[in-house]
Amino acid sequence: MAAGSTALQSLVEEFVSGLQDSKAKDTATAVKDGQFSVLQLVEALGLSLTSSQPHTRARGVQLLSEVLQECYGNLTEREVEVLIAFYENRLKDHYVVTPPVLQGLKALTRCTALPTGSAVSMLRSLFQDVHVQSLMLAERSCVYSMLINLMETREAELKGLGADFVFGFVQSMDGERDPRNLLLAFQIAQNIINRGYDLGKFTEELFEVTSCYFPIDFTPPPNDPHGITKEQLIQALRAVLAGTPKFAEFLLPLLIEKLDSDVQSAKLDSLQTLTASVSQYERKDLAEFLEGLWVSLRREVFQTSSEKIESAGLAALTALTSCLSRSVLNSDSEDSLSTFLDVVLKDCKHHLCEPDLKLVWPSAKLLQAACSASNRASHIIAASAMPSLIEQYNTRTQCSHRRTLLEVVQRFIQSVKTSQSPGNEESVFLAFRQSLCSMVFSALSETNSSLQITATSVLTSLAQQAGLLLDSDIELAVDHLTRLLLTEEDDRVSLAVVECAGTLAELHPAAFTTKLIPRLKKEMFSEPMEQGDNSSTASELHSRHAVRQQCLSALAAISIQPSVVQESTPVLLEVLSSAHTGSVGFSVEEVVLACRSLQRIAEQVQDTEEAGRCFHDVIILRLLSLALQAALQGEGSSGRHSPLVEEVVLSAIVPVISTSCSRLQPMFAGQTASRAVSLFLDGDVSFLPDNSFPSNIQLLKKQQGDSWTQSQMVCLLMGCVCSLPRSVEVPQIDQLLSQLEEMSCSCSHPLSYTSAAKCFAALVNKRSQGDSLDSFIQRTMKRVCSELDSPSSPVRVQAFTLMIWVAKALLLRYHPLSTALTDKLFSLLDDADLGPMAAEGFSLLMSDSVDVLNRACHADVRIMYRQRFFSENSAKLVQGFNAAPQEKKSNYLKALSNIVNKLPKQVQVTELPALLSLLLEALSCPDQGVQLSTLSCLEPVLIDPPPALIQQLEALVSRLLALVGSPAMNVRIASLRCIHALSRFPVHEILPFRARVLRALAQPLDDKKRLVRREAVQARGEWFLLGSPGGR
Amino acid sequence: MSGGTRLENANPVIFQRSLERLLTASEADEDVHDPIDDREIFDLIRSINDPEHPLSLEELNVVEQVRVKVNDAESTVSVEFTPTIPHCSMATLIGLSIKVKLLRSLPDRFKIDVHITPGTHASEEAVNKQLADKERVAAALENSSLLEVVNQCLSIRSI
Repeated sequence: MAAGSTALQSLVEEFVSGLQDSKAKDTATAVKDGQFSVLQLVEALGLSLTSSQPHTRARGVQLLSEVLQECYGNLTEREVEVLIAFYENRLKDHYVVTPPVLQGLKALTRCTALPTGSAVSMLRSLFQDVHVQSLMLAERSCVYSMLINLMETREAELKGLGADFVFGFVQSMDGERDPRNLLLAFQIAQNIINRGYDLGKFTEELFEVTSCYFPIDFTPPPNDPHGITKEQLIQALRAVLAGTPKFAEFLLPLLIEKLDSDVQSAKLDSLQTLTASVSQYERKDLAEFLEGLWVSLRREVFQTSSEKIESAGLAALTALTSCLSRSVLNSDSEDSLSTFLDVVLKDCKHHLCEPDLKLVWPSAKLLQAACSASNRASHIIAASAMPSLIEQYNTRTQCSHRRTLLEVVQRFIQSVKTSQSPGNEESVFLAFRQSLCSMVFSALSETNSSLQITATSVLTSLAQQAGLLLDSDIELAVDHLTRLLLTEEDDRVSLAVVECAGTLAELHPAAFTTKLIPRLKKEMFSEPMEQGDNSSTASELHSRHAVRQQCLSALAAISIQPSVVQESTPVLLEVLSSAHTGSVGFSVEEVVLACRSLQRIAEQVQDTEEAGRCFHDVIILRLLSLALQAALQGEGSSGRHSPLVEEVVLSAIVPVISTSCSRLQPMFAGQTASRAVSLFLDGDVSFLPDNSFPSNIQLLKKQQGDSWTQSQMVCLLMGCVCSLPRSVEVPQIDQLLSQLEEMSCSCSHPLSYTSAAKCFAALVNKRSQGDSLDSFIQRTMKRVCSELDSPSSPVRVQAFTLMIWVAKALLLRYHPLSTALTDKLFSLLDDADLGPMAAEGFSLLMSDSVDVLNRACHADVRIMYRQRFFSENSAKLVQGFNAAPQEKKSNYLKALSNIVNKLPKQVQVTELPALLSLLLEALSCPDQGVQLSTLSCLEPVLIDPPPALIQQLEALVSRLLALVGSPAMNVRIASLRCIHALSRFPVHEILPFRARVLRALAQPLDDKKRLVRREAVQARGEWFLLGSPGGR
Repeated sequence: MSGGTRLENANPVIFQRSLERLLTASEADEDVHDPIDDREIFDLIRSINDPEHPLSLEELNVVEQVRVKVNDAESTVSVEFTPTIPHCSMATLIGLSIKVKLLRSLPDRFKIDVHITPGTHASEEAVNKQLADKERVAAALENSSLLEVVNQCLSIRSI
């Protein structure tokens, strides 16, 4: 014990007189370990605490406080009481003692054993004896932290202090200037407001002491270690100011005043604070300021040049209106909502009658903002504004006026849509249904295309208003849409009509199945009047094609509801089968469009069993059957070719099948897999409709001669089995894989061997991990590599194709064997024949493939596989580049830009420094393809340039300027875009290049290509603004 | 544009913007020479910002394609612009902006003539004379506050 007290004594001595700060830590550890108690420490400190030197006393208190900061958790209530009494007393001591005292008190506020009443007495002494604002930054922060700690744990006691607490706080923070402390102070103020502390007569004081910071204007110093942003301060202050209706009478005049400011950010902050505050206010808080607020809001929206301020102003008006709508009416007071809206209408409505003047839109937006606030507001505004809009529309004759009016009407309808309560209230526009419908239908019958387009969107909005349109209106609308679909020649109108039909069909399917689909079918299958007579001119043929194209895309657009799908898909299938038999003449292009429509339906149809059954039982089987018929027929007769053996058609059928398979319910999916496998492996055709097939079909075996019509069917197998969920078992998979491998390595027809390779790869990607998979892959690899290694092999390209797809399949799932394959790919960059192909292969590895091996097909794709591949291989690439002979270097550069192009931006930026020299090299490589892909991978990086790039600015600028003179127009355009992007770099970095760039860009202003001139003009304009007043 | 000041013409007539120029096959063809035409010049100036309103000169109908004439072979450009009101005090400034934009965007060989549509402004002659005088234009651009406004008119508006 005696030894212990000597040790303690020496620790104290070394800290207090020896000024060794580290001893505080040692003492704290010793106290925590139980070597001494806090009481012993106080005793040991005795002399220092009673010293006549204030600095020694301060040092003594500091040791105690630092120890308490470490071990406040172990103190007993009795000890705390004594310590608090001591510290409170010390607050009266010399000013140098105050900082450590505050530290100690802060530590004690975190004690759980704080005795009742001590919080109050601590604060009383604090407010009484300390003038907070004459303390240093850290001590002020200490005071705020004490308050925050006590507010968390001793709320009831602090509230007992009454308004004195608020007053004490107001005095403490009055004049605070440090942003870190302000954040704390704002938090305390927010707590005071939100937790119901008594503000007493100090409401205005609390408001004044916080609102004097409004609007926040703060720019953090460069390299700010504290990371406090202006936005944080704005949000914290806003939470205080907008926190209570008690501030309304002070805040609203302040906001009106600040809205008058010339500083845009002050306006924006005022508007947003207004929006935030009124959500808590009632009518009476607002009443006397309403007029002033409205005048300011109107002015901002009418005159602003910034969309941000406009939308903030509109949001504020919505908030104001909904605040007024909330208040309960009593019999003797006036209806403040309608009084307010009367003023709004009086100021805005007359502008709606001048549809070609500027203020029509600001006025309309203001009215719509008010309209969207509440149901009652929308009734009042619609009742006043709609009749005049409708009347205007009927009396105006100029199309541009009518279009503006229609657009305004549409915005009104939409603004109400967002506010409509879920209850069964009738639509605000019910009273205007008739006139709105006739307005829309008359606009649809006009010849002006922009009027028609606007009318379709009004129609869409009307249909989305629940319960507004009658069945007869819908039928009339369908008639109009049908007419436009079949006759309209303007592409934009057609697009709008198709889109509108899509939305309407989702809401009202019946009218579309009974009226539109039969009509479209009739149009598509109608042959020209005189068959055999060759009188049909080219233009007639053209327009017939356009009509069919319209019908096909409309059929796809309306098919969202299963009931519509059941009517529309048979029509599309009939197109395919008539094209196959030749009974109706459809061009290959039309057949492809029909497949696209089926694909779109497969993507968008609602996920129900009904829809799944339709695809599983009918569509997939019909497609397989038709394709098989076509393939077998191509074999036999030498007559006409069915369009279904064309590569474009088959490639369009594949995504129909794979999309629908990827969305099938598990039971259907399993059945599809086994049917497809039995068809392709065993020639089982029993499940196909229209069954008249021979029994000896062998689709995966090598065909006699060079016939490919059957072998290319393998792409349909790919569609069926490669997009199924991973849980679905594919039967006979080993046999299937070896036949696919055989086909992909021996067939000479590109579609066939590529599809076989893709199918193989997709199945490998989903196969479960294990030795059987590994040995399987190794066998395949051996075969592929032996073909690739013999330069005379006739199937090198095939082997390469299989390799690259398998490499992708393995890379995606992080399979360890993928490295062997990608290394092989790297080595092929030096190959005389396959080098360029290998370079392109990297783009295949890194990009998402559309038909297999993507997430939609349920492939095993690990996140960030690209980054992983890049970080593992970029060194190899650089090494290979340096070692390669000159004529092969471009393959490496192309491979590099293919990889970097596909990396996410963040990775590009971090990896760029290492690769920059290579990329700059690539810019001076004579191969235009390399130049172009390097430029396209540089451009996005330039938008937010990493420091490494800025260091290389000289090299970058001179290479880019050299490319501006390239003979290839795409290179000129891409390099000009990069130079444009350079103008966004930090001004001081690029200013030295200004004169040079401006001179160099004078040349492309006279380029012979307009597209190049356009880029040059934009880039040069931006560079002119650099360092110029009013510019940048 | 601050709250207090009143605009000379607070509620002007707004015109529709023309659509983007459609890309033709010959423009994408490497070997064809595309001459500079009226539309190309119009595209250069139509998006210039009005000094007062958050609108482009095209939307205010200050510039129109029919009032733009270019002869690529002879290297001449002539642009007429129409102030929104006859007493518009901004006319010189607008003319200057158009002129500067063309100077920055066209090859040196062009002779650029910018003037007010005849009969649409009270002090038409004075403004035209100022805009035609090379030295006065150059002197105006030496004035940093004037250059600031011109540059703002030529900036792509950030929202």
